[in-house]
Amino acid sequence: MLRFVARRLVWMVITLAAISFVTFVVIKLPPGDYTTTVIANAEARGQDIPDSQIAELKRHYGLDKPFIVQYLTWIKGVVLHGDLGQSFAWNQSVASLIGNRVLLSMVLSIASLLFVWSIAFPIGIYSALRQYSGGDYLASFLGFIGMAVPEFMLALVMMYIGFRYFGQSVGGLFSPEYADAAWNLGKLLDLISHLWIPIVVVGVAGTAGLIRITRANLLDELHKPYVATARAKGLPEWKLLLKYPVRMSLSPFFSTVGWLLPGLISGETIVSVVMSLPTSGPLLLGAVKSQDMYLVGSFVLILSTLTVIGTMLSDLALAWWDPRIRTRFQKG
Amino acid sequence: MVQQTEVMATGTQHEAQEEVVKSLRDHGALPQWRLMWRQFRRHRLALIGLIVLIPIYFMAVFAGFFAPASADTAHTELPYAPPQRVHVSAEHGMFVYGYSSTRNQETFEQTFTVDKSKIVDIGWFVRGDEYSILGPIKSNIHLIGPAKAGEAFFLVGADQSGRDLLSRLIHGARVSLSIGLVGVFASFVLGMLIGGISGYVGGRVDNIIQRIIEFIMSVPTLPLWMALSAALPGSWGPLTRYFAITVILSLIGWTGLARDVRGRFLSLREEDFVMAARLDGVSRTGIIFGHMVPSFASHIIASISMAVPRMILAETSLSFLGLGLQPPAVSWGVLLEGAQNIRAVATAPWLLTPGLAVVVVVLAMNFVGDGLRDAADPYK
Amino acid sequence: MQPLLEVRSLRTHFELGDGVVKAVDGVSLSVPRGRTLAVVGESGCGKSVTARSILRLVEKPARIVGGEILLHPDSDGEPLDLLAAKDKRLRQVRWADIAMVFQEPMASLSLVHTIGDQIIEAVRLHENVGKQAARERAIEMLGRVGIPDPQRRVDSYPFQFSGGMRQRAMIAMALSCRPRLLIADEPTTALDVTTQAQILDLLQDLQQEFGMAIMLITHDLGVAAQVADEVAVMYLGEVVEQGPASAVLSHPKHPYTQALVRSVPRLGARGQDRLVAVRGTVPPPYERPTGCRFHPRCDAFMAGKCDVTVPTRVRSDEIDVACLLYGEEKS
Repeated sequence: MLRFVARRLVWMVITLAAISFVTFVVIKLPPGDYTTTVIANAEARGQDIPDSQIAELKRHYGLDKPFIVQYLTWIKGVVLHGDLGQSFAWNQSVASLIGNRVLLSMVLSIASLLFVWSIAFPIGIYSALRQYSGGDYLASFLGFIGMAVPEFMLALVMMYIGFRYFGQSVGGLFSPEYADAAWNLGKLLDLISHLWIPIVVVGVAGTAGLIRITRANLLDELHKPYVATARAKGLPEWKLLLKYPVRMSLSPFFSTVGWLLPGLISGETIVSVVMSLPTSGPLLLGAVKSQDMYLVGSFVLILSTLTVIGTMLSDLALAWWDPRIRTRFQKG
Repeated sequence: MVQQTEVMATGTQHEAQEEVVKSLRDHGALPQWRLMWRQFRRHRLALIGLIVLIPIYFMAVFAGFFAPASADTAHTELPYAPPQRVHVSAEHGMFVYGYSSTRNQETFEQTFTVDKSKIVDIGWFVRGDEYSILGPIKSNIHLIGPAKAGEAFFLVGADQSGRDLLSRLIHGARVSLSIGLVGVFASFVLGMLIGGISGYVGGRVDNIIQRIIEFIMSVPTLPLWMALSAALPGSWGPLTRYFAITVILSLIGWTGLARDVRGRFLSLREEDFVMAARLDGVSRTGIIFGHMVPSFASHIIASISMAVPRMILAETSLSFLGLGLQPPAVSWGVLLEGAQNIRAVATAPWLLTPGLAVVVVVLAMNFVGDGLRDAADPYK
Repeated sequence: MQPLLEVRSLRTHFELGDGVVKAVDGVSLSVPRGRTLAVVGESGCGKSVTARSILRLVEKPARIVGGEILLHPDSDGEPLDLLAAKDKRLRQVRWADIAMVFQEPMASLSLVHTIGDQIIEAVRLHENVGKQAARERAIEMLGRVGIPDPQRRVDSYPFQFSGGMRQRAMIAMALSCRPRLLIADEPTTALDVTTQAQILDLLQDLQQEFGMAIMLITHDLGVAAQVADEVAVMYLGEVVEQGPASAVLSHPKHPYTQALVRSVPRLGARGQDRLVAVRGTVPPPYERPTGCRFHPRCDAFMAGKCDVTVPTRVRSDEIDVACLLYGEEKS
């Protein structure tokens, strides 16, 4: 098991390095660099910056160095000082801008993940055990719809319903009276009462997908010989189903995190834009639109890192759950 | 030569069933595509999906004819005009009532009422905005429209600049529906190539490619798309942008397909008929294209058909955020951008119809894909 | 003396989308007490489905549509019809009276539960014993089937065993409740030849020790010859011949059995005794031949008779045979 963990950790570090490199490439992708922006800003104010000052700026930010050196300087700053660079548009350090927002994004994504699990597994298992029953058809049909409706559409419809019939905005995460208040129980309850709509909206697509996967997996397992063995042993039907095929089909429960989490973060991003939630989504969108590349890159970096960590945790959980994976690494 | 890949069936019941099925195949000797079609037809939802999709694609191809107006003909005096109902009377034939608008002096909000005194005659095959059919041939005949060209005719309402939403919906279908196909084609080429190499060569190459795929899959797609599209120069024209977006979507979308192809290759490599071909001295490319590809083509078709709707959703999401295609290009995502403002939606809920179109198309495509996947394993 | 198990006119059909495949269509056979019956036949003849039907283990789209399966627990008591038994009663019979070993030892054991867990479960289900006692039984059984170091291996997972060891573990599990009948469905097909011989030896040893009957499903006449006391030959969903192994294998009555026996290679056979495959191919599953099902492939085909009349089972010497050649000798 230790070996397995060590391997996963090494692989995670490599992945993170790759992600950070890709991120930096993306940051550097648009033509021009920081000085271009500074000059443009200055010109907009009718000022003129002397060439010497520009050269000074370039030296200061290392923009005259080769690409790889720039990357190393940047990643050193990120890792050692948590320095993600400067937001041009906000004229602030990126780290100070996004801290809380990323936290809320993660809260929302993880809450959606739990929602997806708690809904999708029971329904998926039911669907498989009662294949071709009315409930199975209903679940399949709703699953299809869930996969076909884009998250932002669902968010829009929810907003429309809230606005039209309840005369209130369902956007945001806090009621006005709590928005700027310090954290207390009231604020927490307020948050929860606002949070469930985005959680459901973000989770719908993942739920639909996971129901289908659970159902298909369980259907595959249901007719395996080991189930017949268990039946031949004289176990009561429901008991053997739960102990054998259902347990086997639950391995995806863990491995799903790998693909579910990126999807949920994507969904969360767009839903937050529509419902104007104070998470990373709207800020990222603004940054993208103004080509505020350090801010954009930081979001990609942080969200990917969190996903990779989440995936690793789920892999460890899977190893705990499934002895085949656990023991594969025992002997090396 | 048609070979059916077989799922390893273990266990006696399945084995017995498999044998029954195998002898069916030996005796029935049905070609694979006919088996697939037979199975597909039995999937009722898939058939419905196909029946829905064919006319929609047909309408997209001949958008100019089916749309009452061009995509940007605007009646600026009628922003957010509500949908009209078609009436039929002996006196006028087919007609709609015109609008009369009043502006609230305090809020400056405009309200429209049906004005029964204004009658707009409409008809079939009327002349209106000029459009081109498949390139150079021009026409101005529209399936349905106002008898007198240029009059307001909004079957599903108008957008903020008084443009006919139905016409924009039909024109937008071209981009929305084609971007899925083009994008999937691009990811298909990438996926086939890389997945094929991974699966056929195996070993270290396979390992590296798999790690790369895992890496790409572990990145949340939307932020990455957003970041990449942020890097697109704003000066690019609609067509360049269309292709750039397609490339961005397929750069990330090929991984699933590559995994599929690889898996098939890996399992096929061990199959007897591949071994037999190899012993027969068939060349590598001969084995791949003569024996392996035909035997998993049906699976690949099925997974492609599932990838198209995902592409469509991706484009819609990006354009909705204002990051994909940009006006004056029209796609369903671009149209939905107008629905970002909840107040606008509250006054003009019909702005959400492009979303409905997306849902219908994606749903139909998922049905078809599901049917194809079932049909790819006709005996399962 | 009553046989342990009697199968009468068992019919199990596959209800597929485009028709009904009669995989088992009127199988009758009997399993003698404490002896070994081998059920042989080509693949697809319905022998596995027959085996599964006995414990009502067939799943959709297969369905048992008729027949009787009579278990005589005591040599002169009332029989129990397994097809008519209530689910609860049937579950008591499963494993306690009739246990099964399947073809794929890897697939028929759960890979995420230890061997011990799976054996203990069976023991505690049918016998009122504590965890510790059941565990000791498991270890004892594992040792008995020749698994080295059973105290440690009891906590291993099936995927940590080799193929032969897995099948031994499966047998240990099957015998853990001391059943009267062990149904072994191609237990050695997935194993290599040496392991195959060891497993068959083991089964014979265990039979002597525990005194249970064995119903061995196999497509391999050699295996049948090695272990069987009785042989039943199946063709297209019915038993065409049943009798003592020595008689059936050396002097088969039914032309199909004769053809099968001719197709098996023998050590020491002369060069001119060429192997002969059974003529023709198995007919398509939806269309059973009229009359005797074997007539299109039969060397002794009698036109106007075999393709019209359905043969009934008759006794010739010690053998029950369903063939019109033997119609005159009434049993």
